[in-house]
Amino acid sequence: MRFLFKTGYAQDLRLFKHGGQVFWYGLLVALLLAAPFAVGEYGMSQLHFILIYSIVGLGLMLLVGFTGQISLGHAAFLAVGAYTEALLQARGLPFFVSLPVAALLSGALGWVLGLPALRLKGTYLAIATLAFNIIVEEVTARWEGLTGGNSGLHLKPIEMFGIDFGGDASFYYLCLALTVLSILALMNLLRSPTGRAFVAIRDSEISASCMGVNLATYKTMSFALSAAFTGIAGALYAHKVSFISPEQFTLLQSIELITIVILGGVGFIHGAVLGAAFVIVLPQLISIAKDYLPSNIAGSGLQAVVFGLVLIGFIIFEPLGLYGRWLKVRTWFELFPFYRRGMFRRQKSYMKSERLK
Amino acid sequence: MSFFKVDNLGIRFGGVVAVDKVSFEVKRGECYTIIGPNGAGKTTIFNLIGLLYPATSGRIFLEDRELTGFSPHQVADLGIARTFQNIELFEHATVLQNLLIGRHRHRKTSLWQELIFTGATRRAELAQREAVEKVIDFLDLAKVRDSLVAGLPYGVRKVVELGRALATEPKLLLLDEPSSGLNPEETDDMAFWIEDIKRHLGVTVLMVEHDMNLVSRVSDRVLALNLGSAIAEGTPAEVQAHPAVIEAYLGKAA
Repeated sequence: MRFLFKTGYAQDLRLFKHGGQVFWYGLLVALLLAAPFAVGEYGMSQLHFILIYSIVGLGLMLLVGFTGQISLGHAAFLAVGAYTEALLQARGLPFFVSLPVAALLSGALGWVLGLPALRLKGTYLAIATLAFNIIVEEVTARWEGLTGGNSGLHLKPIEMFGIDFGGDASFYYLCLALTVLSILALMNLLRSPTGRAFVAIRDSEISASCMGVNLATYKTMSFALSAAFTGIAGALYAHKVSFISPEQFTLLQSIELITIVILGGVGFIHGAVLGAAFVIVLPQLISIAKDYLPSNIAGSGLQAVVFGLVLIGFIIFEPLGLYGRWLKVRTWFELFPFYRRGMFRRQKSYMKSERLK
Repeated sequence: MSFFKVDNLGIRFGGVVAVDKVSFEVKRGECYTIIGPNGAGKTTIFNLIGLLYPATSGRIFLEDRELTGFSPHQVADLGIARTFQNIELFEHATVLQNLLIGRHRHRKTSLWQELIFTGATRRAELAQREAVEKVIDFLDLAKVRDSLVAGLPYGVRKVVELGRALATEPKLLLLDEPSSGLNPEETDDMAFWIEDIKRHLGVTVLMVEHDMNLVSRVSDRVLALNLGSAIAEGTPAEVQAHPAVIEAYLGKAA
């Protein structure tokens, strides 16, 4: 086990706390940079999706994991990002202009969705965001003059500074760069006053407000930032699939997105990336398994059933998600042979009778 | 100029008059305590001062500035910090993070500076940390600095919450039953800290408390409430001996 000897406050502000972290994350980045040389076309495509979903996961983690608000409408922001990108590209704007615009538009819409969050909580907020998802889905389907309705929109590969990002490797590096930037932005936020205010709202709104945190400002800000991340992912998603139509951004998509954070581990940045990888890889595993299953089981509903079971299983047996499981395994090795089963059990919090709202 | 003044404050919840025309004044630098049996309206007064409830009548002034019209989060900006009777900490954050949230009203950086963590943000964070470390030293919290609040015993949480309120650098500190749930030894520590807060930090303390021992030790003046109305005011000894107070606690002599 590693013990950190702290000699200054600046040490606690570092993104990497010790040499071991620098080494392992460095190795991970090196492997990711080398991936296009070792991975086939199919694998690259999966990596694209994992990176894109990671960005959505980071946005959702900010909202769900760190601010404690729920959203069942994030597919709508994905749609806004994707459609903005498609429409702007069609009007000849370069990617480095259209991407920020996609993020800003999604963010603005997220801010609007944040307004009901000031009055709603839990299930009620979930239903409001769900309704929002359906509104956006309907608008994209009906506003044919702008979105092409159900016949959808086509996108050309990204071209920037004379480089064609249509290739597997170049598009991959673009996604990787944006994912890393998103992670860094989120980490920076969490070590600054804004991130702390989010966490404060998550844990106790009443005392956050008594510490001077303006609940209205920070809740809407969290929605806006989360939506902006998702908008960026949406723009990349649109290029990845190169054809977008309203049925890609349904409620089911939103549920898949929220699955990312729950499976990955609510409240951990790692969770967003692990969850995204899991959500992308699981359908592949299911389709492989289908070859070995009797045909009456291997129907089209199998994936939904497995997803549902996995989600229920995680909520019951591993509420901390994949990252939580990894923490436990790591702690087991670090403390061997002194690990106790109850170590990660959440202590029952003391009764709070002063809930005023 | 009065430091803190509550004038004719009242609130009704439907037919229940929880606080009825209570007026009092707290002088700068003193420790003023509100006592009273359960349901007397003590915590309700705190919630009225924190603007968590809209007062039905009356006004509140801090340094001659009226509080009505501000929102709850602005009360902290004006320099009033509070603790809660049943502890409202940020459970899934460390003690250090909890105290840093106390520094929220002193934040100087904007969202954009924080997203890219500019040099200004770094300097601001280091300054906040230093301010928080002073509180950690003061309350002797160094050994739990990096522990999650969710794993701490009740007595320590109580101190952490006091620390979080102090980290805001308040002018007026509202303590809602600082000794509830503490053992005699911890209560003793709490008494020392309240005295130190008053003397060395120069923070005015307004407190709700049941433990008369603690009250007599640290308070300069006491206000007794019963069923929402003020029944006596004076030094701890005076109030304790007041017939109306004895009657409120023990009932009328037969």
